[in-house]
Amino acid sequence: MKKHLQPLLAVMLGLAAGLCITAIAGENPLHVLKVLVTSAFGSRYDLGMTLFYSTPLIFTGLSVAMAFHAGLFNIGAEGQLLLGALAGAATGILLPGVPWPIAPFIAACACIMAGAAWGAIPGWLRARRGSHEVIVTIMLNFVAAGLTSWVTLYLLPNPESQNPETRHVGPGYLVSQFGFFDGAPVSAAFIIAIIAAGLVWLFLWRTTAGFEIRATGQNEHAARAAGVNVGRTRIFAMMLAGGLAGMVGIGEVLGNAGKFKMGFSPEYGFTGIAVALLARNKPGGIILAALLFGALHKGTAALDFETEHVTRELSMVLQALVLLSVCADGLWTWLKKGRS
Amino acid sequence: MTPESPRPAPAVELRGLTKIFGSLKANDNISFDILHGSIHGVVGENGAGKSTVMKMLYGIYKPDAGEILVNGRSRRWNSPEDAINAGIGMVHQHFMLAGPYTALENILLGDEPCAKSTGWLPRALRPVATSGARLKLGGLMRKYGMDIKLDTPVENLPVGTQQRIEILKLLYRNADILILDEPTAVLAPQETMELFANLKKLRDEGKTIIIITHKLKEVMGFTDRVTVLRGGRVAGGRETAQTSADEIACLMVGRKISIETGGEKRNRSTGGSVLDIKNLSLLPRGGQSSRHRLKNISLNVKSGEIVGIAGVEGNGQSELLQAILHPHDKSCVSDGAVAIHASMGLIPEDRHKEGLLLERPLDENFLLGQQHRDIFYNRGFVRYPALRKSTREAMETYDVRPRRIEATAGELSGGNQQKLIIAREMDRIPGLVIAAQPTRGVDIGAIEFIHAELLRARDRGAGILLISSELDEIMNLSDRIIVLYEGEVAGTFTRDGYNEREIGLCMAGHQ
Repeated sequence: MKKHLQPLLAVMLGLAAGLCITAIAGENPLHVLKVLVTSAFGSRYDLGMTLFYSTPLIFTGLSVAMAFHAGLFNIGAEGQLLLGALAGAATGILLPGVPWPIAPFIAACACIMAGAAWGAIPGWLRARRGSHEVIVTIMLNFVAAGLTSWVTLYLLPNPESQNPETRHVGPGYLVSQFGFFDGAPVSAAFIIAIIAAGLVWLFLWRTTAGFEIRATGQNEHAARAAGVNVGRTRIFAMMLAGGLAGMVGIGEVLGNAGKFKMGFSPEYGFTGIAVALLARNKPGGIILAALLFGALHKGTAALDFETEHVTRELSMVLQALVLLSVCADGLWTWLKKGRS
Repeated sequence: MTPESPRPAPAVELRGLTKIFGSLKANDNISFDILHGSIHGVVGENGAGKSTVMKMLYGIYKPDAGEILVNGRSRRWNSPEDAINAGIGMVHQHFMLAGPYTALENILLGDEPCAKSTGWLPRALRPVATSGARLKLGGLMRKYGMDIKLDTPVENLPVGTQQRIEILKLLYRNADILILDEPTAVLAPQETMELFANLKKLRDEGKTIIIITHKLKEVMGFTDRVTVLRGGRVAGGRETAQTSADEIACLMVGRKISIETGGEKRNRSTGGSVLDIKNLSLLPRGGQSSRHRLKNISLNVKSGEIVGIAGVEGNGQSELLQAILHPHDKSCVSDGAVAIHASMGLIPEDRHKEGLLLERPLDENFLLGQQHRDIFYNRGFVRYPALRKSTREAMETYDVRPRRIEATAGELSGGNQQKLIIAREMDRIPGLVIAAQPTRGVDIGAIEFIHAELLRARDRGAGILLISSELDEIMNLSDRIIVLYEGEVAGTFTRDGYNEREIGLCMAGHQ
């Protein structure tokens, strides 16, 4: 019980610290809190936007967690999701005539496969060449950013727009949005994210392959002695991680924009690390943690125009404090030690 | 402590020493004396608190309660340096020597003498003057009968000599009280004899020597007095001459116990070959010395026999083990062939590293390596109910405590971890068992049990390769003994021809 309380406490502490800073800035913290809550959950539309922001965070959180269970730190979810989204959009642009039920299916497959391929690179380099996945994934994020912008600007640009984005996908590709949310772009992608979390749990804790991944992450020497092909397991886990990150493209391209827009991701890949961390890498927790960070993202976005003193920058400080507090795992153990 | 005695104050008096780590009382009210000019054994099982109490005496830990008296004076150390200045020195189990430096440089390291004429320079810039040190060391070596080449890099010297350098270093710093932590773990039997001969000479010259050990034979053979620790407390103190190995063992475990395992000595019928190794070689990696690799090893294990691999640690045992486990990995086998003709069970050399998932519950640890067996595998899914049932049964059969399947492997004691591994590996009735250091770091009770299990597996028809640095264990259990020295087979002995002296010479590299 106490184990589950700790992350909750961390969020509260971070939030409290953030509110203190808004107080110093001259805002009534209670008012800030009220704006935060109403803007995240106040109406059907607000709730919908919160869910919309949460969806990619579930995918990236699962991605980071999957790699983590294999003993790898995937900082490359950002690059993987960019590639996934671009591949989904490219499929829809290059094959515009495909009819509805098949079209989103193949586009989704393209998202997953592109993400998986991008994730497999650091997995393969780690397994075969010993290159550290942290360095490689960070570097590949830059490569992915460059690659997607080159494709967007030179190969598939949208001639009707001044914005850096691709052309529209074929009409058969679009997934309808839930009307309940008054126009907030909540699509089937949210449902898929929940299902994905369930499948990840089933895979990691119930299958033999999942056990081998976790054994590798726990103790690679013991796994190797137990007949597990550690290298192959690592590559496989990184592919799965990449595929999960690539699924962000389903919600963004098929469920929302209908095209690839450069800079659509407010660093979902990096926030995914915090989501996984807060959830202790458990799929159920990842859904909750993603909802929390989604709400925080939506809530803080409103602070800029709803309050007098809390600027966009300050609202990011507030978000960062919650993140920091979540990540300060060691601080808690230290505090506990001090008391005993 | 004995007022009627005419002796001076004991060299060391420990009074009520207590040390607590978190919720663990590592030492609880430890009191005993160590007399001047004696060899004092401190014995106990792993985790009994031997090292903790010695680290307090040496200033590495600060006691939470109690006091330390050296030569009758109450002392408090802030660091080992204080202890060294008071004449206490320690030889650690893993030597603290810088490999590429010469013996002389290692001895002077940290306390380099300088010529008087350079006194005006800042300390760090003064050139080292070695002539005085050489003179002093020469005198010490003559006095204590040591012969060490001072100008050879220590990495090129045998382990026994490295240990003597450590001792010489303490003597050079005027230590009167020497603490040796498990000094014989890395020595061949002959080197052990030499070490104790040296220590006796030191004692006769008036030095006080404390030996931390868990080997009863050494306690009985070489000490004057012995203190037994159990569970962080003093279980008893004895004059060695007035006690027996059985009594000491009894004090160590807290119950009566038989020390002899007694493998069957009769000739046994053996079956077909289960492990064949032919001309196995492992070349050294570029730049490393070639001493600890494998050279042209051939051996085989038949079903129904135990083949013991004897040798001082670091003579190719680990490499041999890795070659058997990963025969197709080029970093484990560079030439030759390893053929395994039966299902294999492995008791790894380092159970934390190669045998367990320390943070995972016991059922997952039980699954490790068996995940593809039909009873636990169902079309890609793990049969968790069957796994839990098997784990519970195995824990019952092999007496793994606590009997909580949710406990993590890291929560178990060393002996229980080893029992869990043996339960897992024996559960699939392997035709070949590789047992590497199977009783390292486990208590005497568990040793008995593990030996009995290995004999049982052999009687059932399994072939067993036993790799151990405990010669007694090898001689007790094995039907054949193969001695490794510097990566080569240095000798083969059959049960009729066992002779501790000859095997020991073989281990030390004297053919």
